[in-house]
Amino acid sequence: MSIEDEFGGSYTVRGRDFIDADLVSSQIKKLLKDRGIPEDVVRKVAVVTFEAEVNIISYAEIGTINFHVDDRAVTIEAMDKGQGIPNVDLALVEGYSTADDTIRDMGFGAGMGLPNIKKFSDEFEITSIVGKGTTLKSVIRIPPE
Amino acid sequence: MTLSHLKDILTAEVVCGHEKLSSVEVSTAFGADLMSDVLAFARSGCLLITGLTTPQTVRTAFALDTAGILVCRGKQPQPQAVDIARELGIPILRTEHIMFETCGILYREGMRGCVCEISAGDRPSVD
Repeated sequence: MSIEDEFGGSYTVRGRDFIDADLVSSQIKKLLKDRGIPEDVVRKVAVVTFEAEVNIISYAEIGTINFHVDDRAVTIEAMDKGQGIPNVDLALVEGYSTADDTIRDMGFGAGMGLPNIKKFSDEFEITSIVGKGTTLKSVIRIPPE
Repeated sequence: MTLSHLKDILTAEVVCGHEKLSSVEVSTAFGADLMSDVLAFARSGCLLITGLTTPQTVRTAFALDTAGILVCRGKQPQPQAVDIARELGIPILRTEHIMFETCGILYREGMRGCVCEISAGDRPSVD
């Protein structure tokens, strides 16, 4: 892929909108597949955006998921306005969860969301302010051809 | 095995994707109700066996390019989940068997589990 092939997108995700949950991640996955991004990279992006979207829907009022692709990596940023995370280190431990029954009924909320995002990212950053919201950045590298 | 064969041995009902029964082959499966675990461990091309009937089940299957969804315990997929599966071209079957029996029958017929190996070093921890 050459540098001319850079592309990206920005999507709004509404909190508590469980009906359309994961629509954004599906759209991003389709776009990446259509552009010929390697399968393994697409899978990682799909997992990261899926979990990020579920987190925004579950815990925030509104959020945005941005992605950008160049010849070296896919960069995903998820930002939300919401309750924030009091202890980010704890939230990154598998199994730690503050999810309610609605989230669990969807098949999530078992404390695997952020750990999954971190696990599938080559670079991962997260900052959160209680009462304001959370921002996370995930970089997934595209292996050289 | 084909989804058609799977349908026969599990006396399953086809909810959607009839047109793919003969053409889609599956040799591996992943069974779970927790979609985050499916995302973390399942491989592309497998059969997703679950008791979860929500649209998120279908979205998860799509994220991983699974061959299809098998709903166990006699559950009925939610109408919206079926609509999304049709849109995304993901076959859904359902069986009255519980997940344990479903997996046992499929294993006996040669199907095997599918996982992405995750090394201990990948696991997050608190300092």
